Parts: sequence; C-alpha cells; structure tokens
Amino acid sequence: MAKFEEGLRYSESHEYIRVEGEYGYVGISDYAQHALGNVVYVDMPDVDDEVTAGEEFGAVESVKAASDLISPVSGTVVEVNEALEDKPELLNEDAFGNWIIKVQLSDPSELDALMDVEAYKAHCAE
Amino acid sequence: MEKKTCLYDRHVALGALMSPFGGFIMPIQYTNITDEHNAVRQHCGVFDVSHMGEVRITGPDAERYVQHIFTNDVSGAPVGQIYYGMMLYPNGGTVDDLLVYKMGENDFFLVINAANIDKDVAWMKEHTAGFDIKLDHQSDYYGQLAVQGPEAEAVVLDVLGIDGRDLKFYTAKVVGDIIISRTGYTGEDGFEIYGSHEFTQKAWDKLIESGRCKPCGLGCRDTLRFEVGLPLYGDELSADISPVMAGLSMFCKLDKPEFIGKEALAEQKANGVAQKLVGIELADKAIPRHGYAVLNEAGEVVGEVTTGYHCLSVDKSVCMALVKTEFAKLDTPLSVQIRKKVFEGKVVKKKFYDKHYKK
Repeated sequence: MAKFEEGLRYSESHEYIRVEGEYGYVGISDYAQHALGNVVYVDMPDVDDEVTAGEEFGAVESVKAASDLISPVSGTVVEVNEALEDKPELLNEDAFGNWIIKVQLSDPSELDALMDVEAYKAHCAE
Repeated sequence: MEKKTCLYDRHVALGALMSPFGGFIMPIQYTNITDEHNAVRQHCGVFDVSHMGEVRITGPDAERYVQHIFTNDVSGAPVGQIYYGMMLYPNGGTVDDLLVYKMGENDFFLVINAANIDKDVAWMKEHTAGFDIKLDHQSDYYGQLAVQGPEAEAVVLDVLGIDGRDLKFYTAKVVGDIIISRTGYTGEDGFEIYGSHEFTQKAWDKLIESGRCKPCGLGCRDTLRFEVGLPLYGDELSADISPVMAGLSMFCKLDKPEFIGKEALAEQKANGVAQKLVGIELADKAIPRHGYAVLNEAGEVVGEVTTGYHCLSVDKSVCMALVKTEFAKLDTPLSVQIRKKVFEGKVVKKKFYDKHYKK
C-alpha cells in the first residue's frame, strides 16, 4: 500500500513539494514510485535552471519506461539531490525522504493550486 | 478488444500488472521486472506465452511449401529438429520471424508472433497455390508455457514429470498430447511446452505451487531477450527491416533453390544495405528508448533506437539501433538524444550479455 505524508502539497502528476520558507523540496510521491517500479535513473536539471509550474523538468526512468517530472511550482533550482545520481533506487526505498530538486519559489501563490494530502489520496483512489 | 489467454484469471489473482500486447491482455510483471529477470538468469521462471500463434502444415507437399515461405533450410532434417528463420516479402522486408518444428515427414509446426497471427495466416494461405498441403491454424487450441533458467530441466522433470534431459538445444518431442522443445527467448537454458488449455492451466498451477519457479511477465521477457541480442518483430525486424539489415543472414539460406524474398536478399548481400542494426553502449546511465534519435559526432541524425534498456545483467545503458551503414563499424562514436540532452556512446556488439544455452 502506498504511503501518504501530511503537510505536503501534491500535484495531479504525483509530484510533492515540501515548503520551507521561500524554498520548496520537490520529489515524487510514494504512490508514484510504486507505480513506476524499480527506478534505475533520475534525469535532473542543473543548479540555476529555471523551472515552470506545469512544465517538465526531468524524468524518472524505471526498467520499462521513462516518466516525465512535472514541476508543481515555478522558480530557480538551487540544489539537486546528487545522491540520486548513484543511487536512484533511493526513490523506491523512501520517496518522501529523498527529494529530487530544491527550488527557490518565484510565485508562492502557485501552491494554492496544489492538493493537500486528503485531496491527493482521493485523486490516487480514482 | 484484447483476447485473454487461458491463464488470464490466474495472472489477475497473482496481482500481475496487465497490459495489452500483440492483441492480448498479458501480464507485464507480477512483482517487478528486475526480480523476475534475475530469477530466470539465476534459477527458474515460467512465462505464459499462450499468445503465440501455431500453424500446422501437413500433406504431400508440406516440406516443399515450408521451403518456399521460410528462409531457413529444413530439407533433410531429422524429426524433432527446430529451425529459426523468417517469412519475407518479395522485397526482402520481414513478414514475421518464427520457429519451424519438423514433427514428421511432411509435417511441420510453425510458431509465430501473437501480433502477426492474422497477417501471417493470411500470408501463408495466399501462397498455397500449387502445393498439396493442409494448413491448420491451431492458435486457439494451444496454450504455451516457457520454463526458463538454469534450473528449468530439473523443475520440468520434478514438478511436471516431463523428462527433457534427452532434448538437445532446438529439438522437440511429443509427450502424450503435448509438444516440448528445448527453446526459449531469454538466452538461458529452458523449455517451451505446447498443450491444451486444460494442460496449460494444470501445469501452470503445479509450477507456481512448487515454489521452484517464479511467475515472470513480458517485461522481463523483453529485457532478457534484449540483452542477449535476440530480435523482437516490430523493433528489430519489420516490413522495412530485412534479416540482412538486422544481421540475421545466417538464418537465410541463399543456397536453397528458392524462397520468397531470396532474390532481394541476394541483392542486399551483394550490394550492401543502406542501414544496419548495431549495438550502442552509452557512457551515462540514461536509457535510450525505442524511437529516440541516434546522432553522429557532427550532431546529424543517422539512425533510430529500436530497443534500449539499462541492461540489468551488466549494469550499463545500452540499445540496439538501426543506423546508416557507414556508422555501423564497431567503436564508431554515436550519441543518443534522450529528451533534451545528448548522451555519448559508441558502437558495440549487439550481444550485451552471453547466452547460457545447454547444447
């Protein structure tokens, strides 16, 4: 069974964001890693790249398929989780503990368009 | 609407991820592709491959007919011998790749790809004029299991009570109502077993209940066949890709008196082909997928990926690709465009992992 974490905001394409001040940590949900299966590669942007809400910023590759990563917010990438370069399977082991990019938010009001955990659970149950 | 195999309910009960393939709704994975892949490489796995098609050709001209539609040479074969080869269009493009089992004098059992069943049977029927044969399409009768892996021989003997020890690689025998052959699509030792739906269901249940044989889906069937360089029709062979382009000339016997497509293949062998199938190994771990562009050092598109994976047995990202012939030499630097980035690599042999057949 997929796990869900309180206090995060979720997108329809199964990314989450954990907001801390003006920064947000973006990753994929536990539901998403379950659906993907074994993650073998994470294609991440570079630091200082701009990301845009609703647009692709990278991809997660499982054995069988590549899935685009869609940014839930707009802003600037200030850090990428380099641990995923050598150990992409960390996303399977703990999706919420292993964010993919840290973004400096350019428009925090975009967070209002995202789902809370209850709405996201309902979305996954559809 | 996709068809279901006789094991559909069992796949669903096992919690398999089901997906359409070749006109059937098939199990892609039960747990995950990596575990199932490793089970076949290290121990034993069982696949439901009942979606494959079967055609029986009998009659006074059966051998002459098979020789006409099939690229390999079955003449003079002992009963029980199996041949891999293709059916071709007159221009050398591939109708399908298939196995031909010699079951008796003028008695052949043809195993064809699920996605091509209707096309193949129509093609065969179109070319029966002048041959005194009976063509019996038996796909709806037969279920098929593939038991694959280094422990397959012992599992088939102990669990199913079928002794495959006397079967050499690419031979078959009849046991009661079933046909068993030492064949497969994984690069490991193993057997393929054709029987009624009732037999297939009972045999599947015994294999799963024994705990000695992991249920394996089509996901790992693809990673397994890919890393030992076996082609999949639709990726490495097609109406536009001849066996010569795919590097499969050894299965096309140009010294046969005739077969459909022979002249075109002879011309391709003599004058060369514009594109060839190669292996490409990438330096990075990003995964080249079917349809991605292959680039030369100048950044020009010179080909397309046919199948690619992060190869599970050797931990490298590799692909097969159809490229312009001038870029097909070993060690030629070629890159693959993966989303926004270009990943460097080089041409390598198409076999990324060594086969472990018991011959």
